[in-house]
Amino acid sequence: MSRVVHLVLEDDTVFTGESFGAQREGWGEVVFNTTMTGYQEVLTDPSYAGQMVALTYPLVGNYGINRTDFESRRIQASALIVRQHCDLPSHSTSDMTLHAFLEEYNVPGISGIDTRALTRRLRTSGVMMGLLTFDDPDTARQKLADLPRYDNLDLVSTVTTQDGYSWDGSETAGYPTTPPPAGVRRILVTDVGLKYNILRLLHSRGCEVVAVPATTPADVMLGMQPSGLLLSPGPGDPELLGDIVDNVRQLIGHVPIMGICLGHQLTARALGARTYKLKFGHRGGNHPVKDLESGRVHITAQNHGYAVDADNLPAGLEVSQINLNDNTVEGLRHRELPLFTIQYHSEASPGPKDNEYLFDRFLAMVDDAKPAGRSA
Amino acid sequence: MSDLSQQPRKVLVIGSGPIVIGQAAEFDYAGTQACKALREEGVSVVLVNSNPATIMTDRDIADRVYIEPLTVPVLERIIATERPDGILPTLGGQTGLNLAVDLADAGVLDRYEIRLLGTPLETIRKSEDRDYFRQFLTDIGEPMPPNRTVSNMDEAQAYRAETGLPLVIRPAYTLGGTGGGIANTDAEFSAIVESGLSASPISQVLLERSLVGWKEVEYEVIRDGADNCITVCNMENLDPMGAHTGDSIVVAPSQTLTDKEYQMLRTASLKIIRGLGIEGGCNIQLALRPHPDAMKNRPGDWDADSDYYVIEVNPRVSRSSALASKATGYPIARVSAKIAVGRRLDEIANAVTGNTGAAFEPALDYCVVKIPRWPFDKFPNGDRHVTTQMKATGEVMAIDRSFESALQKATRALEQSNSSLLWEDKEWRDLNVRGGRQQLLDSLPLHPNDLRLWALATSLRRGITRDELVAHTSIDPWFIAALERIVDQERRLLGNPLTPATLLASKRLGFPDQEIATLSGLLAEQVRQMRQQLGIRPVFKMVDTCAAEFEAATPYYYSAYDTENEAPPLEGPKAVVIGSGPIRIGQGIEFDYCSVHAAWALSQAGVASIMVNSNPETVSTDFDTSDRLYFEPLDEEAVRDIIDNETIDDNPPPSLVQFGGQTAINLSQSRAAAGLPILGSSAEAIDIASDRQKFERFLVDLGIPQPPGATVISVDQALRVAQRIGYPVVVRPSYVLGGRAMEIVRNATELIRYLTIATEVTPEREVLVDHYMEGRECEVDAICDGERVLIPGIMEHVERAGVHSGDSMAIYPGLNLTEAEVNTLVDYTTRIGLALGVRGLMNIQFVLQGGSAYRSPSLETAHDAEPTTVYVLEVNPRGSRTIPFISKVTGVPVANLATRVMLDDKLKDLGYEGGLWPRQKLVGIKAPVFSMSKLVGVDWYMGPEMKSTGEVMGIDWDFAGALTKALQAASINLSPGMGVLLSISDHAKADSLPLIRGLADAGCQLYATEGTATMITAMNLPVTTITKRIGEGSPDVLDVINDGTVGAVVNTLSGDTSVMRDGFFIRRAAVERRIPCFTSLDTARAAMESMLSGLDNYNILTTDEYLAASR
Repeated sequence: MSRVVHLVLEDDTVFTGESFGAQREGWGEVVFNTTMTGYQEVLTDPSYAGQMVALTYPLVGNYGINRTDFESRRIQASALIVRQHCDLPSHSTSDMTLHAFLEEYNVPGISGIDTRALTRRLRTSGVMMGLLTFDDPDTARQKLADLPRYDNLDLVSTVTTQDGYSWDGSETAGYPTTPPPAGVRRILVTDVGLKYNILRLLHSRGCEVVAVPATTPADVMLGMQPSGLLLSPGPGDPELLGDIVDNVRQLIGHVPIMGICLGHQLTARALGARTYKLKFGHRGGNHPVKDLESGRVHITAQNHGYAVDADNLPAGLEVSQINLNDNTVEGLRHRELPLFTIQYHSEASPGPKDNEYLFDRFLAMVDDAKPAGRSA
Repeated sequence: MSDLSQQPRKVLVIGSGPIVIGQAAEFDYAGTQACKALREEGVSVVLVNSNPATIMTDRDIADRVYIEPLTVPVLERIIATERPDGILPTLGGQTGLNLAVDLADAGVLDRYEIRLLGTPLETIRKSEDRDYFRQFLTDIGEPMPPNRTVSNMDEAQAYRAETGLPLVIRPAYTLGGTGGGIANTDAEFSAIVESGLSASPISQVLLERSLVGWKEVEYEVIRDGADNCITVCNMENLDPMGAHTGDSIVVAPSQTLTDKEYQMLRTASLKIIRGLGIEGGCNIQLALRPHPDAMKNRPGDWDADSDYYVIEVNPRVSRSSALASKATGYPIARVSAKIAVGRRLDEIANAVTGNTGAAFEPALDYCVVKIPRWPFDKFPNGDRHVTTQMKATGEVMAIDRSFESALQKATRALEQSNSSLLWEDKEWRDLNVRGGRQQLLDSLPLHPNDLRLWALATSLRRGITRDELVAHTSIDPWFIAALERIVDQERRLLGNPLTPATLLASKRLGFPDQEIATLSGLLAEQVRQMRQQLGIRPVFKMVDTCAAEFEAATPYYYSAYDTENEAPPLEGPKAVVIGSGPIRIGQGIEFDYCSVHAAWALSQAGVASIMVNSNPETVSTDFDTSDRLYFEPLDEEAVRDIIDNETIDDNPPPSLVQFGGQTAINLSQSRAAAGLPILGSSAEAIDIASDRQKFERFLVDLGIPQPPGATVISVDQALRVAQRIGYPVVVRPSYVLGGRAMEIVRNATELIRYLTIATEVTPEREVLVDHYMEGRECEVDAICDGERVLIPGIMEHVERAGVHSGDSMAIYPGLNLTEAEVNTLVDYTTRIGLALGVRGLMNIQFVLQGGSAYRSPSLETAHDAEPTTVYVLEVNPRGSRTIPFISKVTGVPVANLATRVMLDDKLKDLGYEGGLWPRQKLVGIKAPVFSMSKLVGVDWYMGPEMKSTGEVMGIDWDFAGALTKALQAASINLSPGMGVLLSISDHAKADSLPLIRGLADAGCQLYATEGTATMITAMNLPVTTITKRIGEGSPDVLDVINDGTVGAVVNTLSGDTSVMRDGFFIRRAAVERRIPCFTSLDTARAAMESMLSGLDNYNILTTDEYLAASR
């Protein structure tokens, strides 16, 4: 029999369900994601570090866990919350059950709770801290009060790679020591919590792809003579990342930049924009984003709790895309500099692949910006 | 903003015509939604549809409503009058698309400068013409299974020789895969190719490598004119490739696809809709590489060069899009209609949330299961195999938080004997693994067929393993594992005392109280009480398109055994409308029409309407039809849980049971027993009308004659009764709808056969035996308020009594009734209504005996002087299937008035006196439509058991015009000079003389079987004798049908079984060639008279224009 476990929220709500995955406590900010497939990608997405993820789709684990759909080296979320998990998965690629996967990475899960009720609570009251525990609710409340708050945590330092690596289908330790072959673009990806699919998509477009730790100084990066720089997505409040923002400021104008999610927020802050926390964020695979220039609507994959403030944008920076649900900023571009950013995830995984064209746009920008005579 | 200067000012919307298998109520739902959406955009809407039983043909849904045949000449006349600048064919199913192509081909669209909206003409051709489609997929780089298009048998055989079998045969331009199939043997191959070539209007079929066993996945996609695309939903079929998706159990969203697979297919779908340039909704069917275990036993596996293949595209809204709309809450037809007139997705509001837009993709936080409703309870002898040709008449849908519970809920919603997963066929009882595991697998119907779901559960109960079932059926292991969990829970319940924990776990797995009771040796009521005591009751969750991410305004709910209830009881006056469930033969769209009007009437009267229904195809389950919608099975448990949820201070809301056909009326007795209030006629009144003995006494007291008869509970008793009242007798089980298992028997031998083979007679299963009166049949619908009885109109059947009223042509007003007959009908109806205490609706069927059984309505003076006696055949204390028809031809809003009366309004206060409503200066004729070509092996003839699936209406100033249009709309018209094959049974020969003369007068070439030919020769008319001994002469009856020599068949039945069999082949051949086949002389004579009166002698006007003449 599975153990009874409680999910205790900051506002004193208690959900009681069954424990699965690792039999241990977990804590973090409780968020919900509305995507109906892709739980393996969600769990391994570093942007979920420090968060307990509730999936609104009630049946989770149906196709098991496979070897390919990892977005980082491990599970990043601090707990998984589901209505029902599947212990008899069915797929030719399945290696193990969701339960075994969580166990392997020592991450707890709770199932059997009314996840829709939880979602409605988060929607109304906003995201909040939670504790997954075997303790009685009173003890749990005390514990929860003593825990650090998500908003105050520097999570990037916990998810970024310690050492840089190249990507040619998988991680290869070390930086390239020679310039890329003629005609090949070298793209640096600053890992503030990157997803492998960014690397995969750049690699499949013929780029030499290099991932660098979040704290890599600007001059070291520029020293690698990159054709372009991609600032990755990642977890947490960009306000806590002053050093990285300073670093980005030094890179702007020296190399074409594309920023995704946290990378977008960091770029905006580097240029002087403000960021703020959303009530319950955007997490799912169905958010409509409108491109203000073309008028076109794109369905996007999203995972963010903070957003860039559209008001008081610094000179040169302008809103290029907005979210049609709440009109928040979804994309920025610079009038002079080779730089654009998006709040959503063009790399999807999970989610719709409709926005992969942005990687092509990025590479076109890289090519345009190339100083004459440097390489063909 | 989009450029609305291009927006059309007036749009012609084409409906889908009568309900047939493959094209059911979903197009009324889509069309109604679209008409409303277009009018919101300020576009004037002209609607044409031949089906009167639709909400869309109500006078206030479109600006101009034509109930006219869906033919090119008729549409051209409408276009010439209305001069629309746009035509929207994508909401009328395949019928609408085909008509659009025909109109374009006939030059009508160019001539009148009409834009085709929604889907370009080129695209309709691309997706329907296999060659175009294959080229298109090649051009955009999407994979399709290896295939070849052929237009004759030689080409087909050549391809078979190259590739081997199995091959799939798909005819071009047909509905629901008509004429197609999968061939495993050479014989099957030849037969299916032949039927496919004949079914295709362009004589073309596609032969395709079989993907049987692959996963089948569908995507519903929408694109706007600015090239914005979204997917509304994807759906996975539990039944893998090989079964038509309309005949498959379907789950939304997909359950066994990884995100990579989901997105791969989604991306392909978007590429396809963009490539096709569709502006609106589109359905894309794909096959995905299955789990390897599912292909273990598949012979002839081949090296597939892709992980998926594109199977089919429907460039229009479809049955699947209706399902997707109800499954997600996203109104596809509404959005498609707005896009068709130039709106962009981001300019259209999400009517469900009320505060987001239409440009997004719904997120589901529940699981949806659809199960088809097949007609084999009515046609046990039909071929029950499910292949690429759809056979289901309808479907049910259920929503819940787990697959197991949604599946069990959907099973309950089927409303048939196997409405529980515990059901097992009698023949399976003795099967077990001791006879060999393979033997057991082979003995159970585990191939695709209507009983497969129950066979799967049965085999698990018998100890067959998941792996064995997966290999045997190719169904994905995930689904089998879910069934295993259900069967495991059955074992836990079986023979163990019921604990609170087991009870809760069972409810969460979807077990109904009845099953829990059966398994644990209790009564359902005891289980319910135990649940009440323990507080184990369902909560109601909202379908909101967004998985609770945003606040939503829709009142659309489903039950779940979860914790938070989102549906607090509605305040103020309210009432529950019990819907009619899945579309089946005998209970069709007419009852949904009534339910919708009941809901509207309630709201109009300031009473909140609460709709309960399980049918995703309908208008009644549209999110804005009622004040609150519960998408639930229509059984005792679900309805009581809903009423409990709506109860405030021990005050349960009342139910309306008169509109949802037999489904709703069946719930009336238990309503009363549970002390739950019913609006309208009391349960007691309903009981009197339904109970043969009580009803007989009731009529005797009123002095109203009824054909002699009795209720019997044994064969002996039946024989005695029949002897006393005299043969022929009509026999039927009590408490059934649609004349189910009803027959006319002419002697004791037939009676014994009926009572032993066709049905079972026991004290619990009573059989009614009545004297059969071969007279003229009439029926009325009436509204009674306790003081007055309003009769909107009298309908006279073309066919004499003995043909089920649902299969008869009905004429309004009773053209051939004498004043005395009319007075008698009105008198009887009024007295019955008042004495029975009817509040609301009733329908009475009469037979008029005396005079000839057929009177020609075209000869109005031909009333024979012989006096007639009026007998009451039956009284149904509820709305009938003629309510929409009679409402449309009289202008009386029957269902609306009935609802008001149930709310205690008086007819007088509503502006209506009692008695017969003034006869309108028009003639309306309702004609039945059958789907027999889809149901292989089913004998087609008209009799007391209903067989039709839908209806059309012809309306005109006079009988001839109305008749011609009704016949044309039903595709049973004759034309001068055509060949007609006659095979008339002896007892009908005398009656057939005028028909034969009329046919000869019209220059028809007569062909007849031996005895009939002799008679025709004796009439001094030319005739060709054709032998009915198949294979014994050349040509035989089948040859002249199959080679097109004859364009119609008249074949009447005798009771003799060997003669039945000869006739069977004739009738099936006619049905499969899709030529008119008359089994009633009366219908044939009507068709003959219409032909003689000229084929274009009709007017084309809106229903309002016809009605206005009487005002």
